[in-house]
Amino acid sequence: MERRVPSFYLLGAFFALFILFLYGPTLTIGILSFQGPNGGLTFPMNGASVHWFANLFEQQAVGDFWGAFSRSLILGLMVMVSTVSLSVMAGLAFRERFRGANILFYLTISSLIIPSILVSLGVGLIFNILDWEVQWYSSGFGAQLTWTLPFGLLIMFAVFNRFDKSYEEAARDLGASWWQTIRFVVLPMIAPMLIGVALFGFTLSYDEFARTLLTAGSKNTLPLEIFGMTTNVTTPVLYALGTMTTAFSLGIIMVFLVFAYWMRARSRRLGNDAGKGMV
Amino acid sequence: MSVEGRKRPFFTAEQVSWILVAPLLIILLFFLFLPMLTLIQVSFWDYNEWTFFPAFIFDNYVYIFTSNVTFATYWKTIQLTLWTWFFCTVIGFTVAYFLAFHVRSLTWQIALFLLCTIPFWTSNIIRMISWIPFLGRNGIANSALLEVGLIDAPLEWLLFSDFAVVLAFVHLFTLFMVVPVFNTMMRIDKSLIEAARDAGASGFRILIEVILPLAKPGIMIGSIFVVTLVMGDFITVRFMSGGQSTSVGRVISNEIALLQYPAAAANAVVLLATVTLIIAVMVRYVDIRKEL
Repeated sequence: MERRVPSFYLLGAFFALFILFLYGPTLTIGILSFQGPNGGLTFPMNGASVHWFANLFEQQAVGDFWGAFSRSLILGLMVMVSTVSLSVMAGLAFRERFRGANILFYLTISSLIIPSILVSLGVGLIFNILDWEVQWYSSGFGAQLTWTLPFGLLIMFAVFNRFDKSYEEAARDLGASWWQTIRFVVLPMIAPMLIGVALFGFTLSYDEFARTLLTAGSKNTLPLEIFGMTTNVTTPVLYALGTMTTAFSLGIIMVFLVFAYWMRARSRRLGNDAGKGMV
Repeated sequence: MSVEGRKRPFFTAEQVSWILVAPLLIILLFFLFLPMLTLIQVSFWDYNEWTFFPAFIFDNYVYIFTSNVTFATYWKTIQLTLWTWFFCTVIGFTVAYFLAFHVRSLTWQIALFLLCTIPFWTSNIIRMISWIPFLGRNGIANSALLEVGLIDAPLEWLLFSDFAVVLAFVHLFTLFMVVPVFNTMMRIDKSLIEAARDAGASGFRILIEVILPLAKPGIMIGSIFVVTLVMGDFITVRFMSGGQSTSVGRVISNEIALLQYPAAAANAVVLLATVTLIIAVMVRYVDIRKEL
């Protein structure tokens, strides 16, 4: 093996600083959320307690935290399921040429590029003009999908670009129907990657702010609730909330990663060649 | 190949594709395309203090293009965008370069890459809030600087300033640069680098003359992300500047708060046109579908 060049250590140090930059502030509020009851928003710590976490469970202190949390959770799951299924379907379709494919592709990409507040405003206006009521589960749901679907589709492109088609051809030569080929060959092979799509769908929805702002209606999702708090809450309860939701997000990410790892290990153990057709 | 004994498919391949993309198309039409058309339509409408109503007036645009505030706002937004883009590109490129070319095992590459991406899956608003104890008047940065003796009084411009805005943007969006650049770098044929080294190129020249040109498409995709995210932002600017700085997105969100929807729509259309123009120039240099 080649000797490490000095630039490796320099770049390694830079990378370490970058990681510190990414995680440092979050860790800081993680620590500060355990402030004593008389502690403030900055160091020094004035004792240590779980006072501010307890505060989260009192209705009047932080508004409707649990309601917002459960709405965000349900919405996240709705968006996740829709994103995975619609992305897979579209991903399958985009492997073949079909008329309108280019336009649809650019429409999808433009969804990533159009500033979120415009989507929020536009959807809000449509509902206003049609005299429909904006609700987190209707307009909010649709507005969030415009954010998660492009990511889902791009991941599916990446997946299918590396997909070895000869497995499918083999299945078809053995007499499998279109549906059987998809169900028993393609889906098992791409399953570990779908976990990635699901993770994107859920977390992007769970943390989405701008596109939900004008489309959620009278009932806030969690990010909207948190943002409302930033303007009028000046105690570490804000940090406690931040720590709780971040911990929840990290938990979700871990679950997804472990699940993806487990699926790979399982298919390997069962002697299944699923996933090996990825080139 | 024998077709006998096999049912003739009910749909042609193209029809199957259309059926498969139909849900995606419907959602994008109703929640993206139609809203943009509505924005354009409403931007010609009129409004008073209570409501807005159909009309066909150009007042909203006339106001935008004759107001000095507009140009000041766009100038400010573009400044924020350029600073953010600069730092995201430099940091993102360096990080991706380290991961792609200096980390040797694939397992470590994936692990460190995941380490970079995890914050992306957590709340942006909380990540903004988390800068308060760091940058505040009595925050860690000021305390540390005072302790060391570099400053005599706490710096006031750390939090609630343009500095804080750019810092937060870089914190939030550098990942959008790291991912596409890392992706293109991983696809660079390692034998090209071997060849350059055999021909006597130093590590630095390889970086500048081989890797950088080949990584350009990734940089371009990352730039598109960063530029559009910053141009359309309203929340980071408002929060991190403590309401003192402005941006196009903030102007729109203020007008929304005042229920001046047609004015907000007109501003939105102008912003959309600006962003589209910038993207159109940028994509001339890259084919997105080839990069996945």
